[in-house]
Parts: sequence; structure tokens; C-alpha cells
Amino acid sequence: MSHNVIVPIGPYHPLLEEPELFQLHVEGEKVVDIDIIIGYSHRGIEQLAETKHLDQVPFLVERICGICSSSHPYTYVLAVEDILGGEKAVVPERALYIRTIIDELQRIHSHLLWLGLAGHFIGYNTVWMWAWKYREPVLDMFEMITGNRNNYAMFKVGGVRRDIKDEDVPVLKKALDELVPALDLFRGAVMDDPVIQARLKNVGILTKQQCIDWCVVGPTARASGVNIDVRRDEPYGAVDRLDWKVIIEKDGDVYAKTIVRILEMYESVRMIRQCLDKMPQGEIDAKVADIPAGEGIGRVEAPRGECFHYIKTDGTNRPVRLKVRAPSFMNVASDKVGAVGGTISDATITLAAVDPCYCCTERVAVINKPDNRKIMNGWDLIKMSQEKTNKIKEEMKK
Amino acid sequence: MNIRENIKESLGNRILDWQEKFPRRVYFTVKKEDIVEITRILFKDLGLRFVIASATHTPQGFEILYHFSYDKSGEIYSARVFLDDKKNPQIDSIAPLFPGAEWIEREMWEMLGIQFLGHPNLKRLLLADDWPEGNFPLRHKEG
Repeated sequence: MSHNVIVPIGPYHPLLEEPELFQLHVEGEKVVDIDIIIGYSHRGIEQLAETKHLDQVPFLVERICGICSSSHPYTYVLAVEDILGGEKAVVPERALYIRTIIDELQRIHSHLLWLGLAGHFIGYNTVWMWAWKYREPVLDMFEMITGNRNNYAMFKVGGVRRDIKDEDVPVLKKALDELVPALDLFRGAVMDDPVIQARLKNVGILTKQQCIDWCVVGPTARASGVNIDVRRDEPYGAVDRLDWKVIIEKDGDVYAKTIVRILEMYESVRMIRQCLDKMPQGEIDAKVADIPAGEGIGRVEAPRGECFHYIKTDGTNRPVRLKVRAPSFMNVASDKVGAVGGTISDATITLAAVDPCYCCTERVAVINKPDNRKIMNGWDLIKMSQEKTNKIKEEMKK
Repeated sequence: MNIRENIKESLGNRILDWQEKFPRRVYFTVKKEDIVEITRILFKDLGLRFVIASATHTPQGFEILYHFSYDKSGEIYSARVFLDDKKNPQIDSIAPLFPGAEWIEREMWEMLGIQFLGHPNLKRLLLADDWPEGNFPLRHKEG
């Protein structure tokens, strides 16, 4: 029975923040090939940046992504500070710590968001609700520090725009203390549950060599044993003054990616605590006036991996060129190997496992050519994935 | 031998110009004919990670920077290539060497109109299907 069956996933889903279209070519249940079509949210930001003042660009690039919304402005200011001789040479000590606090808080909230959606896709709606419940206090911390739950507007060339008030520090520490039991809960739920293991282990495997060939970054690479993390390799902010470790797993499947993200949240909590303790008093802004002509590169370990900006200036107040490379640009492409060979019911979680600002499963249509034509919607695909979990649960009861 | 000397020795006289701008940032210029061989040496032999390529429209034509990261030391080595054909710039594709370069070459092709010879799948990545042919959004206006 050889059907030419194409399963399009995407491009829009109301849950998800980024539209992408995955066309799965399937034979029966098995995925044999995948076409990835992106560009639905291309807004021409690189070109727009060339028309903005250098001080306006952080606000522009902050709007590239609403989830890792501090990674892009941070990467951008690092690229500009590269022209000035490097972050450490320009930015006051206290601002380095504040930058790291923002960066790590963002990692926690992003990983919790991912964990919740991943739980939903495999039929664990309790995990979904819990993860998002415990994400709320993290957003409250953001609001306390920056005034915003999202799009924090904290970064500027030479420092940060807002200080952390001394009286807020104990409140932040308490919120972190309350977060750790929630993380324990998730770690237990994932590591001890045989059904979750059955759904996530040996699914969507990326080997180490595939990671290298597809140039993937972040948790996606670290789950396959690729030992990279910009925070350690090229430290920025205050990370080189803190005690923390890079989380590496070997198996490369969805389970390993989940474990990497859960354990990374513990490290982020540790880092923020140390920052709050060690943060010296002082200035938070170096008040940089002019940016000379030159070119600079900035990179930051965003929740999804290395975020990279290249900027070229000519001595005027506008960039000549700003190249933005978000981590998903490399990671999403690798779905081509991750999902192929698996089943359709595993495709949702496999595509989601790279945290591509999410695989978009709304307008899903299963089309059988040439004889008949059947349309499934996005819920059908999620339902299919959830039913598989239920089936495994039933089998385990026997 | 550290990686910097290793790169210098492996690439030899293919390096036309070598600039160590900041401690962890090295920019070097190469001929466009050599880019596939240089990528092969850096990526396959020396184990650098391909980060991205960035192309810029300049008054002289086009310039592409191929950024490679050596993660053990946190350094970025950027190979610079000049294309002086202002109308129809062309360069060999590095995508046949490894699939991670496919998307960015497609992006540079549609945004700046640079032809990548030998690319396995040179079609639009980000622009809409009804975007007018021959209109390259990242090219600067003449004059």
C-alpha cells in the first residue's frame, strides 16, 4: 500500500507564538520525509534596524520574540559593546549582575512554558496547568524588577535601564525559594513516571554527529552530548563569577531534552541567588555617547540556544548592517532528521522538542491522494498523541 | 598548538588579510574561489562550528562573512569574502558540505540576490511566494 500522503502541520495555532508549516510525508503511520516552510512571521526587522538610531534598536529587536525577549536586546548590546572593547570594559559591575539575573529568570520562565506545552501535547494536562501556574511567580519577579511581565526594556549599550531596589532582594529570594519545590515536582513527575518515559524515550533522536552537521545549539545540542554553552565558552554578564554547571545528556531523544531543560532551571535558580548575594552597589549605566565605525559580534545563550548578532557601523548613529541569527533558525531545520523515521503521533512532541517557538498544530490536514481526501484539524493530531499516552497507560495496568 | 596557529597554518597563503580585532574575534579575508575548501578545513578538519553567514551590500558590491565558532576557547573566526559583481554576484555553495548551511544561503539569495552555485535546494525561505522577482529587500538603493 503506497499512498502519497502529506500531513501539513501549521502554519497557525492560537497557543503558539510562531507560525511554521511542517509537511509530513507519511507511509501509513511512518514519517518518511518532512518539508519545513517558514517565513510566515518575517517582518523585515534586519532591514528596519538599518533605519533606526543605535539606541532604538534594542526596543526593535526585543520584539523579535516575546518569550526570550531579553536575549535579542542583550545580544545586540553585546555586539555594540564589542566595538567598544567588550562588555567587561564598558559596563559597570552592578549592571553585569542585573543583566545575568534578567537572562536567567528568562530561561526559567521559557523552560516552564515549554514544559507545560510538552505536557499538553502528550496528554498530561495537569503538567501543563502546573507548569504555567509556577511560571506566574517568575513573571511577577520580572514585573517587580523591570515593570513588565514581558518585553522588559532593560538593556542599553553600556548598562541597564533600571536598578534592583535593595528592599526587593528578600522578596525575590523568597520567590526563588518557593520555586524550587515546584521544580522538584516536575523532576519527579518526569523521571519517575513510566508512561512519560515510554512516550519520550527513544523518540525524535538526534545523534551527536547530526547535531554537528545541522549546527544545532542550546538544549537541543546539549541533550545529544554536544558540550556547548555560550555562558561558559564566552562568559558574559556575571556568569563567570558564579558557581554553576553546564547540563549535558547523551541520548539525544525528547526525554533527554526535557531533562536538560528541567535541570537547567535549577542552575538558573542557583545563579540568580548568587547574583542577589554578590551584587555590589554602584552605577548601572556607563552612559556611552558615541559608537565609532567598526564591526562587532555579540552572542548570548538564549533559552533555546546561542543567539548571535553581527553589527556593522560607520560612525553615524545608524547601523549599516545588523544580522540576527536566532537559535531556532538552526534548530528547526534539524527537525528534518528528528521526525523522519518516527510515527505521526510522535511527530508533535518531536517537532516541539527543539522548542522552536513551537510547532504549530492548528490547521492540520491529512490528505490522501489521489483517491480520497480527509481533513483533520490540529486537535485531532494532539488527540492522537494523547490517545497514544492513554493506550500506554492501559497496557501498563495489565 | 592552539587553534589560532592551527588555522593560520592549515589555511596558509589562502589568507589574504588577518585581523585580530578583539581577543576573541578574528576576521580574515579570503578569495571567493577558496570558500568551499576553507569551510571544509575549518568545519570538517579543525572541528569549528558554523554559526551563520552574514551578507552586506556595500558600495563596491557584496561582502559575505562566514562566522565559525571554536567553542573550546569561545573564539569566533569570521572568513570575509568580497564579491565585486554588482548585478549578479555568484559564489560556490557550502551547503553540499553540511546541511546546516542550506537555510542561510537561501536567505542570502532571496534577500540580496547572491547566487550560490551548487546549492541543493535554492528556493525562497522567508519571502512570500508573490514577492516580485528581482526585488532584493536588503540591497541598498543606488546613490
